Amino acid sequence: MTDLSMPQTQDSARADYGKIALRWLLYVMLGLFALYYLLPLFVMITTSLKSLEEIRTGSLISLPRSVTFEAWATAWSGACTGIQCEGLRPYFWNSVLMAVPAVAISTILGALNGYVVAQWRFKGANLIFSLMLFGCFIPFQVVLLPMARMLGIMGLAGSIPGLIFVHVIYGLGFTTLFFRNYYVTIPQELVKAAKVDGAGFFRIFWSIFLPLSLPIIVVTVIWQFTQVWNDFLFGVSFSQAGTQPVTVALNNIVNSTTGVKEYNVDMAAAIIAALPTLFVYVVAGKYFIRGLTAGSVKG
Amino acid sequence: MSDWLEDHLPKVVLAPSFVAVLIFVYGFIGWTAWVSLTRSKLLPKYDIEGIIQYQKLFAAPRWDTAMNNLFIFGALFIGIAMILGLLLAILLDQKIRVEGVIRTIYLYPMALSMIVTGTAWKWILNPGLGVQSMVQGWGFENFKFDWLVNPDYAIYTVVLAGLWQSSGFVMALFLAGLRSVDEEIIKAAQVDGIPTWRIYSAIILPSMAPIFLSAFIVLAHLAIKSFDLVIALTGGGPGYATDLPATYMYAMAFSRGDIGQAASSAMVMMLVVFTIVVPYLYSELRAKND
Repeated sequence: MTDLSMPQTQDSARADYGKIALRWLLYVMLGLFALYYLLPLFVMITTSLKSLEEIRTGSLISLPRSVTFEAWATAWSGACTGIQCEGLRPYFWNSVLMAVPAVAISTILGALNGYVVAQWRFKGANLIFSLMLFGCFIPFQVVLLPMARMLGIMGLAGSIPGLIFVHVIYGLGFTTLFFRNYYVTIPQELVKAAKVDGAGFFRIFWSIFLPLSLPIIVVTVIWQFTQVWNDFLFGVSFSQAGTQPVTVALNNIVNSTTGVKEYNVDMAAAIIAALPTLFVYVVAGKYFIRGLTAGSVKG
Repeated sequence: MSDWLEDHLPKVVLAPSFVAVLIFVYGFIGWTAWVSLTRSKLLPKYDIEGIIQYQKLFAAPRWDTAMNNLFIFGALFIGIAMILGLLLAILLDQKIRVEGVIRTIYLYPMALSMIVTGTAWKWILNPGLGVQSMVQGWGFENFKFDWLVNPDYAIYTVVLAGLWQSSGFVMALFLAGLRSVDEEIIKAAQVDGIPTWRIYSAIILPSMAPIFLSAFIVLAHLAIKSFDLVIALTGGGPGYATDLPATYMYAMAFSRGDIGQAASSAMVMMLVVFTIVVPYLYSELRAKND
């Protein structure tokens, strides 16, 4: 707001009070909204540190009287997902084994595709790009059944490589879009000049485009990592006991009906499942936002 | 390297992805469309029988509930997320001292999976130990907030959790939009003594129309695909009171062994998504090629 200094009359003094009051109101509202977004996280953390006894007798938002990490230990290595009681640990590693290759492969393919679509336009390249882009928006329910059969035919049913394959295929549209939109801004004269100098397709990509690509690689990796890590639909449809990702295991722990309901373990498990993406968000928040907004296909 | 290969290298590089998309997106849609016209039960059959699956679908009370829920959830989720997101963006646009911190707080739920969000809210909304019992503990013995287990209101708890998860994203979109409006015009209006609310309603917001559209498309797309949140929060229950088309499809495909119904419900979902997304993408791509 611009500060137009005016002589202090009574009117302007009153206006100043009004402005200060508005300012206060603004901060109060922002604070209340901050509470709304933080409260569930606060409740999750405090609940995970309480004993079951304390949860039953205490209140939702009270601080734990005595902090215990027992629920965390159980969630990590002892909670039951159905009949097995090994905690989240094996499933957490399943998710890592699935997410790392899936993100790497789809990012590399997206970079190459984006490079072609943006810089080596040939007849039909735009049509191909449009077809790939529409693929981003299908509801995945429409491919679940044939994919289940296809994975069976390929011998990948119920396996982690099967899930990697699925995530690569349905991540391609977005990764291509990200790189295409980034590479379009690089002048085509650069490619022409390099060609005159005798550089080929891969040489130009490797020594000109890739070194410029760090920002978009970061955005794409963050986007793909959160998509793959947080996925539930493919995980629950295409995995079996032992190969499930952490989201599916978390849901099984929370909804398993055997024994006493351990809310503190549920909350600890939920936080563990959320930690990798929360970590990415805290460390690379700026790029996270850029990925989100780029995903909305604008500009 | 031969000249032919060098000339066609870009096409060769793009080809595998293109073929994959043709098969795994368009081919699979075709397969599902085909099966939706058959009498497939536990296993797919390929004799086309017409639209019997769709007739059965639209006659099923459970599908009716799912579509109604999608309408309620979609309208409230999209509408409130847009209003809330815009409000937060405007509040944050007033040269706030700790803007970075506040923005971080508003947006972090978006990093969480819907399963985590559902698990957290399931605990908070649980009548026995959550908000209801907390408020009763403060002395309001008659306070009732049992939406999670009440078939008439359970769908609104899905809206609550969905909003918590996604409204920060709309805020980020709108904030970026507000920041991209030409500073000069705003300054000129301020010098002319035009009140701030007029500047927003007459100058800033109209220029953000494309962002409203983007936000709408993304939210609508999220709403129609919503599956994880319902599974984690209510499991589709009580009964099937919070079923959405996505959970209906999953139940038919994987627990009821009714592939024909699953395929036809998936096709209806796809048609709904496409009627919203295709015109939008078409106009986006056209605008870019000009």
